[in-house]
Amino acid sequence: MYIQFDLLVGALVAGILLGGFYAAVTVGVSISFGILDIVNIAHPGFIILGSYIAYIANQRLGIDPIAVSILVLPAFYALGVLIYQIYHVSFEKRGQDALRGLAFFFGLLFITEVALILVFGVDFRYVEASYIGPTWHFGIVNLPLRLLVPCLVSLVVLAVLQLFLTKTFIGRAIMAVSQDQLALQLMAADPVRIKRIAFAISIATCSIAGACLIIIQPVEPSIGREYIGRIFAICVLGGLGSLPGALIGAMLLGIVESITSTFYGPSWAPAVAFGFLLLTLAFRPAGLLGR
Amino acid sequence: MRSSVFFLIAILIGAAVFFGVTLVKNDYVFFAGYVILQFIVLATAWNILGGYTGYVNFGTAAFFALGAYSTVCIHKLYPLPIPFLILIGGLVSGIVGFGMGYLTLRLRGAFFSIATLALAVVLQTLIVNWDFVGGSRGAYVIRPATAPLIGNYIEYLFLIMLVLAVLAITTARIIERSQLGYGFAAIRDDEIAAEASGVPTLRLKLIATTLSGGLMGMAGAPYPYYIGYLDPTSAFGLAYAVNSIAMPMIGGTTSWIGPLVGALLLGTIQQVATVTISSAVNLLIVGILLVAFVIIAPKGIIGFVQDRLRARKA
Repeated sequence: MYIQFDLLVGALVAGILLGGFYAAVTVGVSISFGILDIVNIAHPGFIILGSYIAYIANQRLGIDPIAVSILVLPAFYALGVLIYQIYHVSFEKRGQDALRGLAFFFGLLFITEVALILVFGVDFRYVEASYIGPTWHFGIVNLPLRLLVPCLVSLVVLAVLQLFLTKTFIGRAIMAVSQDQLALQLMAADPVRIKRIAFAISIATCSIAGACLIIIQPVEPSIGREYIGRIFAICVLGGLGSLPGALIGAMLLGIVESITSTFYGPSWAPAVAFGFLLLTLAFRPAGLLGR
Repeated sequence: MRSSVFFLIAILIGAAVFFGVTLVKNDYVFFAGYVILQFIVLATAWNILGGYTGYVNFGTAAFFALGAYSTVCIHKLYPLPIPFLILIGGLVSGIVGFGMGYLTLRLRGAFFSIATLALAVVLQTLIVNWDFVGGSRGAYVIRPATAPLIGNYIEYLFLIMLVLAVLAITTARIIERSQLGYGFAAIRDDEIAAEASGVPTLRLKLIATTLSGGLMGMAGAPYPYYIGYLDPTSAFGLAYAVNSIAMPMIGGTTSWIGPLVGALLLGTIQQVATVTISSAVNLLIVGILLVAFVIIAPKGIIGFVQDRLRARKA
């Protein structure tokens, strides 16, 4: 097959931008699954919830979706605290977190999806903002602002979180909690409190990721399922618990997906993530930057 | 109770159910009963892997749809009688289950679960892009006017699903009481200890995944004849995954009777709720019940009753 050069460049650029956005979608799971070992498969459900909140505020009040997502961050943080509290009391303490914890999060995913369907129906919803239409052109490189803005926002989120995790006391405690809880207690930090903060942060990222999602594409309640495969593929590919790894994994997946949908049609794109996931699990389960 | 005796009793109960339902002389009972029986098979199949070994499969819909779509595929080539289709559907799903398990079961349980979730998305992508079985538009499967032996086709489908349910439950009970079952339980309770004591964990897990996936495919194989029109969205519906997890969890996961109780209970509630309220609300009920039960009664109804009985004796 003859591959057109400008088509390839376009696909590459779109893939990198998409990858930046995927990093924002994944970063929460990198924290909850990668660092805390809590398999929160309900994560995409909360992202869609974030999208719908951005949608309502945008339609009713005309506020910018990103601004909305930052305003509701505390609410998502509180939701994360609540969920962790239930999870901790019901599963972590009883020592049966594996089977039932998974079922619990699966139930949450399902409840958010069905509840959104009941309230909003299955129609696709979208937001309006000044940067959704225009595209910047540099020679043969096209930068659609609709993709560029979410990519930049998620890079900022990632940078802030990376700084927080490596430079502050609580951040370092979060990195340590999965490795040695006793040592953490000797440092006068309560492991449960640290885990609660970390999990709440991971849910809080859903707010921003959700706003980015609805800027990139119209959203309907069951779309979250497509992201489960992507999120975990990126997480595993990059190496569990590593934010730079998540960014690299997200970029890789974004580029390959974008090339696939440019040359083979967009209906094949969801299969790419799964291929990545299976190959990584089969050949390098520790991921690219695994510890 | 010996397994052969149990099998005989199960057959007798099955026969009693069939003749009991025939007495009602209303086709709707067969339609509703078929769905409940299908859930009994799916829940029992899920429990062989999920309940006995502790590995959570979120991809029930994928295995179910594989069985259904192999039927569609064969129906287009050369229509075979349903029992053969069930065998083929079971075989296809069993092989896919084995392949999935081989790739992911050597890792921690969470990876297997995530992979099964992703499997459903990918198989759906494949089916949507495969025009031979209807693509995203779906496929019509014209049901024959009359069935062999009985005549009424829906009664025939009901009978087939009833036989499948009896077979699935008997299989589950045989596994539970065999060396295989003890191996599974050892994996569930402490996999590292089991491995250290010489339990061939990977092989056992593969057997469980293949059996469980195969049974789900068998449950899916007659489905196109039941529904008449199959499209990817309904075949891969998340409802199958949620129900097949919720039913054993609510009934109790450690024995064959849990999924049966859960499926009868939830299946009946849903049939009633779909008719009286709406199908979206009944899914919400299932989701909330699942979350409530895993938090409040982690052993399910059966475990709860057993604890009560034990407390009374003591």
